[in-house]
Amino acid sequence: MAINTAYIGRTFEPSEPYEVSRVKIREFADAIGEPSPLCRDRAAAEAAGYPDVIAPPTFAIVVSSAGSARVTHDPDLGVNYAMVVHGEQSFTHARPLRAGDVVVAQSTIEDIRPIGSMTALTTVTEIRTVDGEHVCTARSTLVERGA
Amino acid sequence: MASPSYDQAQAGTELPPRQYQVMRRDLVRYAGASGDFNVIHWNERVAKSVGLPNVIAHGMLTMALAGRFLTEWAGDPGAVAEFGVRFSAPVVVPDDDKGATVEVAGTVTERLDGNRVAVDVTARSDGAKVLTRARAVVRLR
Repeated sequence: MAINTAYIGRTFEPSEPYEVSRVKIREFADAIGEPSPLCRDRAAAEAAGYPDVIAPPTFAIVVSSAGSARVTHDPDLGVNYAMVVHGEQSFTHARPLRAGDVVVAQSTIEDIRPIGSMTALTTVTEIRTVDGEHVCTARSTLVERGA
Repeated sequence: MASPSYDQAQAGTELPPRQYQVMRRDLVRYAGASGDFNVIHWNERVAKSVGLPNVIAHGMLTMALAGRFLTEWAGDPGAVAEFGVRFSAPVVVPDDDKGATVEVAGTVTERLDGNRVAVDVTARSDGAKVLTRARAVVRLR
């Protein structure tokens, strides 16, 4: 197996703090065609009970990628990125990410396992505010195709 | 489209199916918004050189469209508490004026506590299932 299984269970350093902005939420909502005013208009978001504009659920990938980059950029893990595809993804939200959040993402390698000639790498990334509030758990499986 | 209340959603309730068009410009826009500039999502020469039929959409864009399907149904982009998918086939996006079409459908499978429902989602493009095991927990009013 090409990927180093000694990394199973390893937790990486958290990402640098990421400040969620209204502009970035709007940009992401525009890119996926999410039409809701709750992603754009603070007054509309407040009327719906949110402190500020909220991000669509998969926006969390923007933040979690900063944490999982610590994993995928580790040269000793041995992943050949030319051969990698995204196999699975899930998010569990304690609440929506919102403008004004300052969050960090910290990744742990949950599993590395062979699937035929391929190898699956599952990473769990916890997104928390810098004050320690848990916001989202993202689980991602990358699949490295056999050479 | 009026969003359903929790009381209206029963096991077996079908969400209105939607079709989303995905063109090359949408991939460029998603790349910028997400920060995922993987070359297979915008460069046909490189995509074909690694064995793909053409440029393919970001899996996360396909998941985002399925997420939009859920949030538009619920009437709140913050309503999706849990969402997980398996990427079972790529969405191939040709360089023309039609691009690809992603057809998304869903069915309520279970009523949960806290005004939440479990929803199974399907997504197809060009006859192939592009998401499988797609399941969400959505909070309704």
